[in-house]
Amino acid sequence: MSLSVLLSVNGVAREVALDDPRVTLLDLLRERLGLTGTKKGCDRGQCGACTVLVDGRRINSCLTLAASCDGARVLTIEGLAEEGALHPVQEAFIAHDGFQCGFCTPGQIMSAVGLILEGHAGDDPERIREGMSGNICRCGAYAGITAAILDAERRLAERNRAEAA
Amino acid sequence: MKPAPFAWCAPATLDEALDLLAGHADAARILAGGQTLGPLLNMRLATPSILIDINGIGELAGLHPDLAGLTIGALTRQSTLEDDPALAALQPLIAMAIPHIAHRAVRNRGTVGGSLAHADPAAEWPALVTLLGAQLLARSKSRGMRLIGADEFFITHLTTALAPDELLCEVRVPPSPPGAGYAVLEFARRHGDFAVAGAMVRLTSDAGGKLTDPRLVLFGTGRRALRARRAEAMLAGASAGTALFAAAAATAATEIDPYDDLHASAEYRRHLAEVLASRALEEALARMNGKRHD
Ligand SMILES: Cc1cc2nc3c(=O)[nH]c(=O)nc-3n(C[C@H](O)[C@H](O)[C@H](O)COP(=O)(O)OP(=O)(O)OC[C@H]3O[C@@H](n4cnc5c(N)ncnc54)[C@H](O)[C@@H]3O)c2cc1C
Ligand code: FES
Ligand code: FES
Repeated sequence: MSLSVLLSVNGVAREVALDDPRVTLLDLLRERLGLTGTKKGCDRGQCGACTVLVDGRRINSCLTLAASCDGARVLTIEGLAEEGALHPVQEAFIAHDGFQCGFCTPGQIMSAVGLILEGHAGDDPERIREGMSGNICRCGAYAGITAAILDAERRLAERNRAEAA
Repeated sequence: MKPAPFAWCAPATLDEALDLLAGHADAARILAGGQTLGPLLNMRLATPSILIDINGIGELAGLHPDLAGLTIGALTRQSTLEDDPALAALQPLIAMAIPHIAHRAVRNRGTVGGSLAHADPAAEWPALVTLLGAQLLARSKSRGMRLIGADEFFITHLTTALAPDELLCEVRVPPSPPGAGYAVLEFARRHGDFAVAGAMVRLTSDAGGKLTDPRLVLFGTGRRALRARRAEAMLAGASAGTALFAAAAATAATEIDPYDDLHASAEYRRHLAEVLASRALEEALARMNGKRHD
């Protein structure tokens, strides 16, 4: 059985031939496209290390078959910085020590970008923690992660205001 | 890649999906959001030889409110409901329950139909349709269309009345009665985890303040979500009050059949069921009386 999927990954059109339908989006990113920023932690939806945005929404790439993603727009940690400038969420994670070993970080950052796009959390730390419940950090950097997301939201809001003015 | 080998097909229409199901019956599994099936495949707890991916069948997704209530397509994602501003007015209980279902990334893929067909006793959807008296519409080539009441749909732990060649297509929820007050309470170790135990309540009253058709459902406390009928009978026709609610909650805790597992003992689940039921009754009453708006 041979399948081929056409997707946009970080703004670049990619056509990938799949020799096997068992390939998940996570396997496709890491093993077929060499994009190893997205991590495999549990492979069962429980840790969030594999979080990416598909058509603007955060999902666990370990639980999504690549074959189901034909035509999708995928954004991974590698595609977040624009022209060498870190995304405000990336900058805020550095400023607030939102990580220690860094293994969960790409998933945390993509999940945070998804959370901010959803627009439900506002500046309430409790709602941010709730909204990030699917992303586990084995190093326990949660306090820094929450502070980073609050700060990134402020920076993004300021940037949007500046652009509107 | 961890699953055992399988073939994959993505029918574009409902009719094609039903043909494929008819042709493969026991060897096939339907793939909806994959948030339950994915882990089962990765752990080789499920080894279907063919996956029928229904994600491309647009007609299975979406919300359709009308006079008969709300019809929800089986392929509707949990986050689509979560983000629908009209839902809280149409079906307050569903709107309250959705944020308790897993984490946002899971809700972005996971579907209403997948949750119902999987029939986890601790999941929110089976409890919701049981309390709301919803009907589930299934289709197959061999039986045509069938409407199954929530009470008959769930048989036991992970087992439903669906035949192997049947596809769950939609959920029909009757309209919310005017003036109803609702509550959902659950206890979980972490926000978004499956509930160790949970309670859902709907209260309505007549002009004289007597409770009419009270509903109390406990979940995570037995082999399926359960309407606590004896507790409901104590509440029906009575005037709401703390002593009555405490007595009804105590009765409800005797109606369940809780289990021991890694997370909690059966005894602890029974204790939680009583506490959550009485708090949920109080909360639903406050909402019915308009004293609580969150
Ligand atoms: C980390 C994590 C936490 C979770 N926490 C919760 C929670 O707190 N509460 C909760 O309720 N759920 C929870 N879930 C489960 C989640 O809600 C699942 O998405 C859901 O139960 C299954 O929906 P799905 O669309 O992903 O179904 P799938 O995984 O695609 O399918 C599940 C089963 O249903 C069958 N099926 C799917 N659609 C149909 C259909 N239309 N007709 C017939 N059969 C069908 C499949 O063949 C399969 O057997 C959690 C999942 C994860 C990964
Ligand atoms: S690897 Fe996907 S959630 Fe853990
Ligand atoms: S930084 Fe180490 S797991 Fe989160």
